[in-house]
Amino acid sequence: MRLTYLIPLLLFVLIGIGLAVGLTLKPREIPSALIGKPVPEFQLPPIQGHEKGLATTDLKQGAPSVVNVFASWCVPCRVEHPLFMALRRDGLAPIYAINYKDKPADVAKWLDQLGDPFTQIGADLDGRVSIDWGVYGVPETFIIDGQGRIACKHVGPLTDWDLDNKIRPLLRDLKAGRKSDVKC
Amino acid sequence: MIAELGHIALILALTLALVQGILPMIGAARGIGNWIALAPPAALGQAVLVAFAFGCLMYAHVTSDFSVLNVAENSNTLKPMLYKITGVWGNHEGSLMLWIFILAIFGAAMAIFSRNLPATLRARVLSVQGLIGVGFIAFILFTSNPFARVLPPPMEGRGLNPLLQDPGLAFHPPFLYLGYVGFSVAFAFAVAALIEGRVDSAWARWVRPWTLAAWCFLTIGIALGSWWAYYELGWGGWWYWDPVENASFMPWLAGTALLHSAIVVEKRDTLKSWTILLAILTFSLSLLGTFLVRSGVINSVHAFATDPTRGVFILIFLSIVVGGSLTLYAVRAPALQAVGVFAPISREGALLLNNLLLTVAAAAVLLGTLYPMALDALTGDKVSVGPQYFNTIFIPLMAPLLAAVAIGPMLAWKRGDLAAALRQLVPAAIAVAVAFAIGLLLLDGRSFMTLLGLGLAAWLAIGTLCEWALRVKLFAAPAAETLRRAKGLPRSAWGMTVAHLGVAVVVLGITVSQTWQVEVQQVMKPGDVAKVGPVEYRFLDVSPVKGPNYTARQGRFEVLRDGEVIREMFPAQRRYQQPPMETTEAAIRPSPIADLYAVIGEGDADRGWAVRLYWKPMVSLIWLGALIMAFGGFLSLSDRRYRVGAPARKRVTAAAAAE
Repeated sequence: MRLTYLIPLLLFVLIGIGLAVGLTLKPREIPSALIGKPVPEFQLPPIQGHEKGLATTDLKQGAPSVVNVFASWCVPCRVEHPLFMALRRDGLAPIYAINYKDKPADVAKWLDQLGDPFTQIGADLDGRVSIDWGVYGVPETFIIDGQGRIACKHVGPLTDWDLDNKIRPLLRDLKAGRKSDVKC
Repeated sequence: MIAELGHIALILALTLALVQGILPMIGAARGIGNWIALAPPAALGQAVLVAFAFGCLMYAHVTSDFSVLNVAENSNTLKPMLYKITGVWGNHEGSLMLWIFILAIFGAAMAIFSRNLPATLRARVLSVQGLIGVGFIAFILFTSNPFARVLPPPMEGRGLNPLLQDPGLAFHPPFLYLGYVGFSVAFAFAVAALIEGRVDSAWARWVRPWTLAAWCFLTIGIALGSWWAYYELGWGGWWYWDPVENASFMPWLAGTALLHSAIVVEKRDTLKSWTILLAILTFSLSLLGTFLVRSGVINSVHAFATDPTRGVFILIFLSIVVGGSLTLYAVRAPALQAVGVFAPISREGALLLNNLLLTVAAAAVLLGTLYPMALDALTGDKVSVGPQYFNTIFIPLMAPLLAAVAIGPMLAWKRGDLAAALRQLVPAAIAVAVAFAIGLLLLDGRSFMTLLGLGLAAWLAIGTLCEWALRVKLFAAPAAETLRRAKGLPRSAWGMTVAHLGVAVVVLGITVSQTWQVEVQQVMKPGDVAKVGPVEYRFLDVSPVKGPNYTARQGRFEVLRDGEVIREMFPAQRRYQQPPMETTEAAIRPSPIADLYAVIGEGDADRGWAVRLYWKPMVSLIWLGALIMAFGGFLSLSDRRYRVGAPARKRVTAAAAAE
């Protein structure tokens, strides 16, 4: 009978051990760990009506590139889309895209309507590859250096300010091979 | 200089807390009168020193003394004065200072108001309170010194996170801490009672007002936090089951249970060891919340900057406080004899049911909060537990609880008559039928959850009013008699009625806003009109606005109902200079019928702007209901019996007769 009074203590000991183990883990390291690391190994099929998909090798061609994760159902993606059209006109770097959990017909219509700034698009139908990229939600934009390492990650839609102060200077620095002081 | 004075005061406060924590405890055990007598002056002295240290930190913030690291990292000359002051607790070190400041104030209040406690109990209670103070002050001094200097001092501070520059959040932490820390009093009383080996109705009468006060503050604190999330984050929701929210919700659930079980100890001298356990658990959950928020073991949108050494320190502290008190409980609680016996169908039985459901709910929240960490530890998988889990588990627990809330007060102590109680609740049953009818009429989808929510709210509100009507003999006696009885009703009875009505208001608000909310997300250009529920939003234009420490893009909307303009709304997107960050300022027009809620996002004149527009019926009732609950608590707190402390024997009988 007295033993029942021990139950709270035993439960707490269990939780305490769990918390001690928990202290050694670093749940926050997922997002930041990717900066400076090589892009994950992946191979995505093309979207409907396109010939090329997207794979890790495309990002290791020696020149910096941009990878945008988008979906046709995402309103902020629609808002940032013209900025990618502008970036495409600059010709600073190829813009790749990962199409996140989208219907093939929807994305084709979306690109027809708004224009297609992307060099190659990989269709990530079940979102698995995006998880490897550490994507929280769409849109997200990555800058990749020539060796296939992630140089910068932007969460949420790009703005004019981001384009002028982050994306373009960083791409120029990467192209020139100098150390960049752009903060990500 | 001022900062160093604050640091010294804090060190002195630590030594005084050690004195308060150790000597009276030994004195009470050995019967050394002088050592027992040390407790109250030590508590008062500690309060003065901690208040002085807190004042020094506040001075550094107000004068923007950037040679103090804490100020340089969290303040900025551009920041408005209100946020320079509230910014003191907008960071890890400062919030801990606020914590010990409130702890010291509670300690001093206990020293002052505990004069008629038995001397040894008083010494032990204050001693436990002193030991908690030792833990927290040491935590600040050894891992989180707010008075550290920085050389050379920067010209300008880094600034406070703009999300925190907001009146709702400025006052959210103080209320929350008043709640958390307030539960330390119940904890101190529980540990002291275990050491004394005696728990009786007098003990419960001393504990209840402190618990009640803490509960009221915590209720307000949680409501403020939820309100802040609603209007400042701009996501349109008001509760996200985020680990940090759960950290404040768990002690609230346990504290609510404690509040009710202490009534049983006071009135019926039974459920003692259970009440003691609840007092320990409630404060333990407050501490656990602190650990979770500050140690970095869980990921949350609004956790503090974390540091592993701090995590280790809090875990050790947690182990001593919780492990120690639970060990004491395991040893001493079996000796606590229950005096009153009761049948399952009785007021005690109903309160026990309340306790079981609330505790299980708290345990479920704890499980959901810790599960991602456990899974990460065992398998390395990263998951988050979402609203789905919590809603699935929570609703089946809360529904019977809410149904029982109306019945419980109708039952007699010891042995109640359920059939008689239910007969008194016929008006409530009619109200449920009316609520169902209205729900079915308005609802196309015939959602079960909506009907359940509406029915419970009606049952609870009318049931509570029935109980009140019974007490004052409404319609059963002449009006003069009813008035006389209403006047004579103790404040604690009024408090219960009001608080329970508050719960009904919350349930109604949640149900209606969840069911009938309309949300529209789209890209709009000036001139566009969007239909959102019964109203239309017309987008007029966007213009730049300049604030004291930010610039903003402000949208202008007209809200039309039946073609007539009823409101203008100005949602904005702010860009703060220091630290550089964007915040969403949702435009909200609250009203008891429905909130209008508009958010403007990214965009420009050519492409249009991404906007989110809502029609949120009765959502304000959620916070209004929480405030009504807290008001009921304060009403009960103002009851005569609590004001006079331990009342004379005669008065107790009089109060008991009035119940």
